[in-house]
Amino acid sequence: MGAESSLRDRFERGLAAPICLTWELTYACNLACTHCLSSSGRRDPRELSTEEAKSLIDEIAAMQIFYVNIGGGEPMIRRDFFELIEHAVGQHVGVKFSTNGTRIDKEAAKRLASIDYLDIQISIDGADAATSDRIRGVGSYDAARRAMDNLKEANFGQFKISVVMTRESIEQLDAFEALALSYGAELRLTRLRPSGRGVEVWSELHPTLEQNRMLYKWLLARPNVLTGDSFFHLSALGAPLEGLNLCGAGRVVCLIDPVGDVYACPFVIHDEFLAGNVRAAGFGDVWTNSSLFKSLREPGNPGACTSCGSYDACRGGCMAAKFFTGLEMTDPDPECVFGHGETALASKRVTIRPLSSPDHSKRVPVALSSR
Amino acid sequence: MSIDAFDALQNWQLSEQVSLRDEAFGALAYHHGNRRLVFLKSRELVELVRRLGEFDSADEAISALAPADQRDRYVTALASLHRSDLLNGR
Amino acid sequence: MTPETLIKGDAPIEIEEIEELLVEEVSIDGLCGVY
Repeated sequence: MGAESSLRDRFERGLAAPICLTWELTYACNLACTHCLSSSGRRDPRELSTEEAKSLIDEIAAMQIFYVNIGGGEPMIRRDFFELIEHAVGQHVGVKFSTNGTRIDKEAAKRLASIDYLDIQISIDGADAATSDRIRGVGSYDAARRAMDNLKEANFGQFKISVVMTRESIEQLDAFEALALSYGAELRLTRLRPSGRGVEVWSELHPTLEQNRMLYKWLLARPNVLTGDSFFHLSALGAPLEGLNLCGAGRVVCLIDPVGDVYACPFVIHDEFLAGNVRAAGFGDVWTNSSLFKSLREPGNPGACTSCGSYDACRGGCMAAKFFTGLEMTDPDPECVFGHGETALASKRVTIRPLSSPDHSKRVPVALSSR
Repeated sequence: MSIDAFDALQNWQLSEQVSLRDEAFGALAYHHGNRRLVFLKSRELVELVRRLGEFDSADEAISALAPADQRDRYVTALASLHRSDLLNGR
Repeated sequence: MTPETLIKGDAPIEIEEIEELLVEEVSIDGLCGVY
């Protein structure tokens, strides 16, 4: 084995601090996307205060976590949003925030353009309003495009356009590439996981095996397209895709949620993957001492994948995808490229799925006004 | 990305835009400007990179800090850090 | 189909047959578990 695989092995054993972490600032959201991984909509009254958030940022800086990915809900809804991101970049912590773009008007775009060490990722779920709005709500695509126009006009520089791969959006890859090119933006494609509200739409929206094969070939030819390493389960098809090709949960990444709960990753917001809370003794204590993370840093058990020659390429796939479809951690990924996951799902006749814990979804449908 | 070949006779130092974080296997280096993340896989290399600016040339630093029989390996390592823009000339 | 298990990543171009490279680059975006 070459040097690269020992690097992967070392990362699997965990690091002194996450390389990057996702921090959801709020469960409040002005949209109600059907696949929302954090089941967002309503603010949780126990949200971290501005002071608590700033202390957390100070700790992140002290731990030398290089980069924080801020999300939500919609992070720009928080009144202290700019205060917090300026506090972070002021301490040399790189920030990327993920947004639906509804709050990036011309003024916000100018302010964002003035902030250093800042990346912005705008989410859409289709290359046209009809496709995207089916998931994100009427008017959401146009709002995202306005945000992109405003960032361009304010000379923000390069931002990212992020798309979740669904059965529909996966047929629009060339259009996404063209869209990104037209803004000089980076394109980011990520995997739909049955997390949060995603569990309700996963079986109808996840790509088919044929579509996944097509996506793999498309990505292989485009190493400049970002994926957040979320398609490593497809690497069993041949040459590995760009990225570490391993699950980072609890090893190189984790999630801090709006109330300070620490989860292994943003796709497993569930008691089973809850490592602790930052309010107890800070974040570092959870990262280093949580028994959940210690067990995730043990070598994995291939389980049902033991006899498959491709295990090293995909390492059994995504924990979140398995957990929320009712599979065991030792089962194949539900989207295993050889169909072993489908077989496992069929044979288990799973009728009860683990319920996602905190559900902050809005109780009534959301209509996005033109404002 | 620096295309110029790495000259070990010049003096070099780690860019101020780079954070170095110690790990069990060596260190992680992150360049805040270009977002590059680099894994340094030996403790000697980490010390070399940290103290590079104290020497008149990369060559001297390597002679002082790298294992005697691995000069080429360490020159290669510094060259690749240079290519990723983690090193500045002084 | 025999999958390749060598991971190409962003490793420097020189390949040392015998000794492990001391430096390896990874992408900050190439981490699974960040959206």
